Amino acid sequence: MLTERSATDIGRPPFTSYQLDLAYDEMFTPLGQVREHYRMLYDRLRELSTAELIARQRYADAAFLNQGITFTVYGEEAGTERIFPYDLLPRIITAAEWQVIERGLTQRITALNLFLHDIYHEGKIFKDGIIPKELIYTCHHYRREMRNVKVPRQSYISVVGTDLIRLPDSSFAVLEDNLRVPSGVSYMLTNRAVMKRAFPRIFANYGVRPIDDYGKALLTTLRSLAPAHRPDPTIALLTPGVYNSAYFEHTFLARTMGIELVEGRDLICHDNIVYMRTTAGLRRVDVIYRRIDDDFIDPLAFRPDSILGVPGLLNAYRSGNVALANAIGTGVADDKAVYAYVPAIIRYYLGEDPILHNVETYLCDRADQRAFVLEHLEDLVVKAVGESGGYGMLIGPHSTREQRETFRDLILANPRNYIAQPTLSLSRAPCFIEEQVEPRHIDLRPYILNGETVTIVPGGLTRVALRRGSLVVNSSQGGGSKDTWVLSE
Amino acid sequence: MLSRVADSLYWMSRYLERAEHTARLIAVGLNMMLDQAPHATSLRWERLLASLRAYPPPSGSGDAYAIASMLTFETSNEGSIAACIAAARENARQVREQISSEMWEQVNRLYLDVRRSSIEAIWQGEPLEFYHDVKQGAHLFQGITDATMTHGEGWHFIQVGRYLERASLTAALIDQHFRPYLEAPIDAPLSLDYIDWVGLLKCCTAFEAYCKVYTADVQAESVAEFLLLNAEGPRSVRFAADRIQRSMQAIAQSTGTRSAGRAERLAGRLRASLDYGQVDEIIAESMHSYLDGIQRQCGAIHGAIYQAYISYPVDTALTS
Repeated sequence: MLTERSATDIGRPPFTSYQLDLAYDEMFTPLGQVREHYRMLYDRLRELSTAELIARQRYADAAFLNQGITFTVYGEEAGTERIFPYDLLPRIITAAEWQVIERGLTQRITALNLFLHDIYHEGKIFKDGIIPKELIYTCHHYRREMRNVKVPRQSYISVVGTDLIRLPDSSFAVLEDNLRVPSGVSYMLTNRAVMKRAFPRIFANYGVRPIDDYGKALLTTLRSLAPAHRPDPTIALLTPGVYNSAYFEHTFLARTMGIELVEGRDLICHDNIVYMRTTAGLRRVDVIYRRIDDDFIDPLAFRPDSILGVPGLLNAYRSGNVALANAIGTGVADDKAVYAYVPAIIRYYLGEDPILHNVETYLCDRADQRAFVLEHLEDLVVKAVGESGGYGMLIGPHSTREQRETFRDLILANPRNYIAQPTLSLSRAPCFIEEQVEPRHIDLRPYILNGETVTIVPGGLTRVALRRGSLVVNSSQGGGSKDTWVLSE
Repeated sequence: MLSRVADSLYWMSRYLERAEHTARLIAVGLNMMLDQAPHATSLRWERLLASLRAYPPPSGSGDAYAIASMLTFETSNEGSIAACIAAARENARQVREQISSEMWEQVNRLYLDVRRSSIEAIWQGEPLEFYHDVKQGAHLFQGITDATMTHGEGWHFIQVGRYLERASLTAALIDQHFRPYLEAPIDAPLSLDYIDWVGLLKCCTAFEAYCKVYTADVQAESVAEFLLLNAEGPRSVRFAADRIQRSMQAIAQSTGTRSAGRAERLAGRLRASLDYGQVDEIIAESMHSYLDGIQRQCGAIHGAIYQAYISYPVDTALTS
């Protein structure tokens, strides 16, 4: 026992209570040795005293609070703001791993964009029998209004935040595509800014690829959507307003890009042209980076009770007088039942095998798969197809009999609305928790920009399930985040 | 600048000015209760209330506690200090990215301080201290604004909001004091005494400044002249009109809006009438209608600002 201990890197302070399990560990091999790319961080952590680590964590927390980097918590008194919990230790991704992620995401986004264009135009993929028409037409997020609409550059999805997880065999798999209004990129950028000041020396020695040009890349992507005859386009970020949980991010991005931050009530549609109301008169708007869901974006076209949107925006968009990022109706490809078809979609449009795999998914719509799901509710995770953010889920192994019965009834009542996946073992990374380094489950959300080319800033938001043993990384449910380092070699 | 942003900056500033003014009125009122007979006291509260367009509480205008409670904390009263500060903060929150973080912190702190307080708590302690803190908090906000915010278009909207509110409130306050004085029959004794005139000056933080110009010989006409026509006193109506006009010019210049002419012209006319006004003529003609006219002109300038910059009709903006 003793000899085994000394052969490993685990068990020495501050890793004394660090224990491996079946999940892939980002820092240690199953034998307890430090992986090569984590070696420098490991050595540094062994050098630093606990007091020094605590001081750095405090420094980071204070930096977030002072800069007002907060999110709004729903269900509490208006104006309740919290910082997004931040873990001090970076998550490190090697150049080789990143190359696979980058190629895989580029392939996936390219195929999904072709898919969206196809289903809103000819529908070749239905005729060729790859995906059933009914599945698409019954999607909550399918928008008939978008049939045969000419979308600028045929670009439906300009900004994507794909959720990746790492499986025990070390491969990355896609959990969700998030093609509507993905958030969190401001945390990726501010995490890095704080990290550079908390660990300047080690950061400099590691050869971490920079991510600072995200704002510029996003601006370039948005510019590429502007009509050709508008050489100096006006671009605006449309926010639901100060009470939205991501309002900080909206202001942050608008400021970073130097574009106007507008609310629905600032915009006016007249003769199918969109203007913003300024003190110097009406100013035409060419591109809108909208952070409002389809349902709320135009009360004339969608939910009539929305006061966040802009009446007439859809028609202006259909007339080609304004570009939207992302397009309306992209949520179809976010539907968890459609997700199951993405590998087939990639093969169909690109003639290539998917580089990044899906998580195995059972469609309750199909009789055979439904029977399997109902038999194995205890082992599976059941999800409503249109939900995100960790809502509307049954986590089988942690569920009660009652909850399982409720879901059984729900599935039988509306099978199209549910899918099931095996309980996944997300990879774990070292986190600094209560004066010790302990493993916690993580995922990874890189941000993909799809303009004239596909651009992925090397990095992303690594979300952490801070509660011991928890697999839920969502910020609304006790998750935090950490900086993500992609190495240049 | 987005119209919505200009609108929020303007109201943020107006509401804070009003909160500060109300706090000072209450503080002066409470302080002077010590020196005056009950009858004079309730008359004075009536004047202060009328200048704020508020009605005496059911318990009567002699009930200082009820008056202070209503003017300070009652949230159903839109003009109460708590309501004004909450509205100012809400407007600031809408444009948090446009103001400096120091400004936001200050208005937020002021809001939290007032919200933590209650009429029972301040009455048990030292009420004047509370009103002093509110005034100080508002002054601090103004200082922070001038020191940390770019003096561009947004800053000018803040100026306009503050000075329109100030001009209007000061005119109303003067009016409430001069009406009983001027309308009193020649043979009847005057209903206002020395303490009341000093009180009026103190309501405008102008007593010390007044004494430097006119000595402590406080005369009604001189008080009117000082509060209305003095060019240098920051609380005089003329001073406010001058600041309004300057900021209107700056805004017109930076926006180049064609329809801005009216707001600028109205501001210029108000200033000119005060620049060349004579207090004896004003009193001889009709002090009341003169002061009423000032308040109406402030309203007209407000309307013209809205028409030019904030809620202009879309079709005119498209065709012009």
